Amino acid sequence: MTITQHQQQAYIAGQAAEARLRFELETEGMTLNIGPQHPATHGTLRIVVRLDGEQVVWADPVCGYMHRGYEKLCEVRKYQQVTTLINRIDWLGHFANEVPFILAVEQLYDVEAPPRAQWIRTIFFEMARMANLGLFLGDMGVQLGAITPVFFAFRDREHVLNLMEAATGGRFHPNYDRVGGLKEDLPKGWVDECKEVMKRQREFCDEMEELLVGNEIFQTRTRGIGVIPQQIGLDYGLSGANIRASGVDWDLRRDRPTPLAWKEADWKVWTHPDGDSFARYWVRLQEVRESTKIVDQLLEGLPSGPVMAKMPARLRVPKGEAWVNTENPLGEMGYYVVSDGGPSGPFRCKIRSASFNNISIVPWLLRGVYVPDVITILASLYFILGDIDR
Amino acid sequence: MLALSYPVETAIKMGAVLAVIPVGALILVYVFLFKMMSHMQSRLGPMEAGFHGTLQPVVEGVKFLQKEDLIPNGADRRIFALAPLVVIIATFLIYAVIPAGPDLVISNLDVGVFYALAVGSLSVLGVLMAGWASANKYSLLGSLRAAGQLIAYELPLVLAVVGVVIQAGTMSLSGIVEAQAEGEIFGFGGIGNPYILTQFIGFALFVVSSQAELTQAPFDMPIAESELVAGYMTEYSGFRFLFFFIGEFATAFALSAIAATLFLGGWYFPGLGTDGALANLAGPIVLMGKIMLMAFFIFWMRFTYPRLREDQLQTFAWKWLIPISLVNIAVTGVLKVAF
Repeated sequence: MTITQHQQQAYIAGQAAEARLRFELETEGMTLNIGPQHPATHGTLRIVVRLDGEQVVWADPVCGYMHRGYEKLCEVRKYQQVTTLINRIDWLGHFANEVPFILAVEQLYDVEAPPRAQWIRTIFFEMARMANLGLFLGDMGVQLGAITPVFFAFRDREHVLNLMEAATGGRFHPNYDRVGGLKEDLPKGWVDECKEVMKRQREFCDEMEELLVGNEIFQTRTRGIGVIPQQIGLDYGLSGANIRASGVDWDLRRDRPTPLAWKEADWKVWTHPDGDSFARYWVRLQEVRESTKIVDQLLEGLPSGPVMAKMPARLRVPKGEAWVNTENPLGEMGYYVVSDGGPSGPFRCKIRSASFNNISIVPWLLRGVYVPDVITILASLYFILGDIDR
Repeated sequence: MLALSYPVETAIKMGAVLAVIPVGALILVYVFLFKMMSHMQSRLGPMEAGFHGTLQPVVEGVKFLQKEDLIPNGADRRIFALAPLVVIIATFLIYAVIPAGPDLVISNLDVGVFYALAVGSLSVLGVLMAGWASANKYSLLGSLRAAGQLIAYELPLVLAVVGVVIQAGTMSLSGIVEAQAEGEIFGFGGIGNPYILTQFIGFALFVVSSQAELTQAPFDMPIAESELVAGYMTEYSGFRFLFFFIGEFATAFALSAIAATLFLGGWYFPGLGTDGALANLAGPIVLMGKIMLMAFFIFWMRFTYPRLREDQLQTFAWKWLIPISLVNIAVTGVLKVAF
């Protein structure tokens, strides 16, 4: 697929703006720091943009303001302690961060969690996706100036978080996953309550569809804005909904063999051919709907049995290395865990988080757009600062 | 009327406007910004200060007065201090011509409509001053956007009113109210002839462009909390910010009052007569009801819609609103001559 006409025009406009600044007017453009303290950057991302009027000549993301050194911190912790840390990488998709790490350690230790644990893990994984993407669906409205949707998003996310809290004791940091299973079984009555919440989530999606997706202003602000052609997206290593919105049918939940229970449910991977901000919003909206369907189906067929395999009190992981990646709410997330066979934690833990790669396209994407569109494009790329900086 | 000496009369009128501006603004802030928005967003809004948070606007005002008065380094201090005053004085001047009853008008100018719209657009000056003097890039972007937008939407606002002026045959706001009160709909004079029935296109244009004049969503690009933080207001704090804030809502109140006067019949209510004590007593209440109705529409839009981009706003004004308002004027003129 070639670069679209819109992108070509934007590129030419950016080049022309730069030429005007440098040679014709002999003036300086305005350098604007968007961030590190700015409401649109979800934390502390800094984007340096050079402006000609309101048009962006070039843009450069500067990350690292929130670097917390998780990879190094993992090395001085035991395997059981690492989940507490990595919950905080993508703080909205909390539980989804734990799963790939635990799967990698299980692979190293050569143990498999019992089926009930795998199913509950999948259910919680999808609930983390709902909590994360649900907030995106409302937040996109705020970035566009509609203040109401985000309150609906917070309202309905609360139901999901309450379920999390009922089962795990933690709203944001469940810390529920263990090597070989789960901390404990689901509480009584949880399954029925969960079905109710899934219904509410679907209603929330319908509400967002009526409030935002059908709105003419929303469409004029997002359609044809921030177009990522398929090949460019692949070249920059985008993943998750960002690349699916460019028409790439790629989802690790379906494409990668995994012990988790996604293969037991009947669901669909949504793609969109346009690759613009609207497509990214639309794909995520459909993903939340699919998540509720997955959870509903898994709740129906939830197997009984223990939730924890037989594990020794002191975990001694044999020497070796493992790489596990999953389709997290923000995109592909993977852990490369190396064990030296000692009694302490991992020897090395490399974390591949989705947002860091997803924002690498920002300099290419922002060239030639207007300042208001900088915000909407960043919002539609959807990154979490903790996921960029780790 | 009582015979009062000129200074006394002027002082009373000044006092009335000075009371109406903050009270009107605070009512809008409480009813719409605090309560209506909260209920639309499935939350309660302020509940602690007074009954259902009725005293919250006062609390907020006191809070702003306690805050430090910050002026950034590198700011043009005099202009920076002057800008909020320019904005609020522009608002203050609009109130002089709005009639609240047959005799309840500060100054019944013959060119009332023209005057109100002219002084209303003075606030652009204050916005530009604020943005330029703040020595802040976000403020500068915001104020330049505001200047472009306010000038573009000034035209459809004025042109929308021209239809009403043609139909009423006068530019005095009191005269326009009387023309509506005494008008007839196909010979039926029971409820007068509010111009929303004949000038509905003008009404729609007026509401849309006053929304843009107020820089409220979907036309809030100059403020744009999520990208320009607060545009030209970014650097203001304490009572200077309070001036901008009150100015914003007082202007919303004033423009709602003008819309109510021009299109909904102003202080006139069927059956209460067009002069005498009853009309004078009921006039302010009727007008207030109509203002709240107008403000409800304005704020409803504000809390629901996302915002348009600056170039899209300009396209909307120049390619749609202005041509439509010109056609509206032409049609009104032809019909006026024909009937």
